[in-house]
Amino acid sequence: MFKVLLSRLGQAALVMLVVSAVSFVMFRYVGDPVATMSRENASVEEKAELRRSLGLDQPLAVQYGRFLTRTLSGDLGISYRNQRPVTALIAERLPATLELVIVATILSLALGIPLGVLCALKPDGIAARLVQAVSLIGISTPTFVTGIVLILVFAVSLGWLPSFGRGQVVDLGWWSTGFLTVSGWKSLILPGITLALYQLTLIMRLVRAEMIDVLSSDYIRFAKARGLPTRYIHFRLALRNALMPVITVTGLQIGSLIAFAIVTETVFQWPGMGLLFIQAVSFVDIPVMAAYLLFVGLLFVLINTVVDILYAVVDPRLRARSA
Amino acid sequence: MNAHSTPVLAIDSLRVEYPLANGSVFTAVENASLVIQPGEIHALVGESGAGKTTIGNTVMGLLEKPGRIASGSIRIDGKAFDATKGSAAGIVLGRDVGAIFQDPMTSLNPLFTIEDQLMEAMRFHLKLDKAAASARALELLESVGIPEPRRRLKAYPHQLSGGQRQRVVIAAALSCNPKLVVADEPTTALDVSVQSQILKLLRDLADSRGIGILLVTHNMGVVAQIADRVTIMHRGKVIETGSTQEVLRHPKATYARALIGAVPRIDQRLDRFPVLGDEGKGRAEEARAELRAKAERQEAGVDEAPILSVENLCVDYTTSGWLPGSAGHRFRAVDGVSFSVRSGEVFGLVGESGCGKTTIANVVSGLVRPTAGRVTYRGQSIAGEGATHRVGPLRQAIQMIFQDPYSSLNSRMRIGSILSEPILFYRLAGSRAEAESDVARLIEAVGLEVDAAQRFPHAFSGGQRQRLSIARALGARPKLIVCDEPTSSLDVSVQAQILNLLKDLRDATGLTLLLISHDLAVVRQMCDRVAVMRQGQIVEQAESETLFENPQHPYTQELLSLVPTLDRIRGETQAA
Repeated sequence: MFKVLLSRLGQAALVMLVVSAVSFVMFRYVGDPVATMSRENASVEEKAELRRSLGLDQPLAVQYGRFLTRTLSGDLGISYRNQRPVTALIAERLPATLELVIVATILSLALGIPLGVLCALKPDGIAARLVQAVSLIGISTPTFVTGIVLILVFAVSLGWLPSFGRGQVVDLGWWSTGFLTVSGWKSLILPGITLALYQLTLIMRLVRAEMIDVLSSDYIRFAKARGLPTRYIHFRLALRNALMPVITVTGLQIGSLIAFAIVTETVFQWPGMGLLFIQAVSFVDIPVMAAYLLFVGLLFVLINTVVDILYAVVDPRLRARSA
Repeated sequence: MNAHSTPVLAIDSLRVEYPLANGSVFTAVENASLVIQPGEIHALVGESGAGKTTIGNTVMGLLEKPGRIASGSIRIDGKAFDATKGSAAGIVLGRDVGAIFQDPMTSLNPLFTIEDQLMEAMRFHLKLDKAAASARALELLESVGIPEPRRRLKAYPHQLSGGQRQRVVIAAALSCNPKLVVADEPTTALDVSVQSQILKLLRDLADSRGIGILLVTHNMGVVAQIADRVTIMHRGKVIETGSTQEVLRHPKATYARALIGAVPRIDQRLDRFPVLGDEGKGRAEEARAELRAKAERQEAGVDEAPILSVENLCVDYTTSGWLPGSAGHRFRAVDGVSFSVRSGEVFGLVGESGCGKTTIANVVSGLVRPTAGRVTYRGQSIAGEGATHRVGPLRQAIQMIFQDPYSSLNSRMRIGSILSEPILFYRLAGSRAEAESDVARLIEAVGLEVDAAQRFPHAFSGGQRQRLSIARALGARPKLIVCDEPTSSLDVSVQAQILNLLKDLRDATGLTLLLISHDLAVVRQMCDRVAVMRQGQIVEQAESETLFENPQHPYTQELLSLVPTLDRIRGETQAA
């Protein structure tokens, strides 16, 4: 177990090194930072001075080395647009995105797993067919369309729920949460559903396929031959086997939800990371973009590592292999 | 046997049907009857498609939809059993009927401990609390002879060997004191030595606990060793039924005689395997002669030196460590093996699973690199020390036939394309038309109709597919064919045909065969010389007849004594 953990951490460090290199290259080559930072009528000497003070006259390797040390110490540069440290910007926006993603993930698991099991157990039932048909629509409709339709129905026509923003948030010092107020919860519903929809269909279909597979396996037939109650066979035995791949997919999906909540956040003007990134792109705010890239890379690496470890917890065969 | 007590299983004129999509009905079992008394082992024998597994599944309540019982009755311990619901008044599946499946690797759930899986049934059926169930689980493991049962309880299935897992499956079947146990091919996936232990265990259970056992199997040797009575089935019908001794010694029905005759004998070597029906010779022989003539045009004289020699071959499998360069766990699969194969002979490699025989086959055919030692083909190194990258002629000279004919033919290619691939690849035909006629010759040579070329693999049975695999290997005009368990996934009668075909091809085209098998009887029938392997080493190597008549090494003697054969029938050994 320890060995696996170490090797996974080694791999993770390697991946992050590559991501940081890409991020660094972006800093260096997407536009000239000196041109962006200096005054319009700055003289050549002034520019050269700025270049020297920023260390841009040094060899590439030295610059990369400095970039790494700075990044590791938590300094991701200053946003060109807001003139504030990027780290602070991200810390401010992160809670909004994370809360949205948590709601979406819980929603998709809580609905996706039971629906998938239903479709696997009663494949010819009316309910299963209906779910299958609806899921096809869910998986093929783009997120922005679902979001806009939801806004139109529940915010504009019915007026039940807010159409944008986080509502009232409570500031806990290092974390601002919408979970503690009614308006915060209300604001979470529509974007949460929008973000969850795709993942929900994915999990449902995965659980269904896995469950059908597991139910025809020898050990389930053997369990039936031993006369164990059907409910016990389905939910205690088969479901656990069927959930193995769901762990991986959910893990990876959480990563993409955080990284690519951009569309949902834009539609609902959700003050999260995605919106921050979109704004950074439109103002060519390179430090923010580079930091976002680093952050997304780190996120995926972390999630992959956690998923691997979770796998070993659920599947004893992997535990043995790694021991 | 105690004929007056209530039979544990009485099947009376059972008919099981599967309605087909086009409205017609497929009858899987027709008018089958059998009776099992307490303490009796009743074997249900037949080839694939005979309906024996359908009967087994029906009794276990596992008859899959849309299968249905059209008529007849099943009584378990005298009580009528409704197989469609899998229930009977006073009978609980799992409590009164135990089940043992074929493959112990897949019949246990990999995510739960042995203890969990043993306790489940007891907690539901016997209403035992956790502590009582656990204590009984320990008892059960002891009674089926698992070493260190206390530690094994907490183990997961993957931590046990195949034989131990099958013991756990048996323990689970016994957990609620069943009256009847249905064992579907309980030893087919096991090695001979483990098989003989499991069979002894089953016999013990019948004798000491008075459990009736319905033994579904295709292996006549197993039947001879432990069954009291036998029912032979063919295409859903009962062909013959009676005491083991009677049926195996003096089969009355033609099919029963042919089936028993097709079992490879280990006690004497026959020229050919007796087969069912006619083998369609004439055209096949002509085609083989043509193939040979064609092959010889390229060949200039055969030398007497060994065609293949394996010298001090070692193969290690390593699991890699977590840092680059750090050594992981190392396992020596083949440990200093040397043998040589003479041109034109059939050389057999036998041994139990994990002995390294398949690894050797893979080294010879170039699929695995040896760690040390080398393999030479006509004096030229082809693997290990001094070996260069194998080029065309060398690759062409050595071909392979695999065990599973279902996965070894590409299901998306027509037979014609599959067979012409080696011919075109090695440029053995001047034109596409010539290649096509070569393919036709090949198909005829393996005893199939020429129009097979137009069809896809799924249109053929297992035996026919194996014939096509052989044709594909022959297409490259090889000198040596490596056959890795070529018949172990086939029925006995089909096995006999395939083995006869290999013999005929050897005689007709002067091929050399390296035959890898776990089946000692097959090896005796096929091979000129044999090497017996254990744990990566050759323990004995001799002329086939010498080895079987007069085995020198204790391991060979043990193996030979454990093979269940038709000349040791249960009733007779008891009388003797």
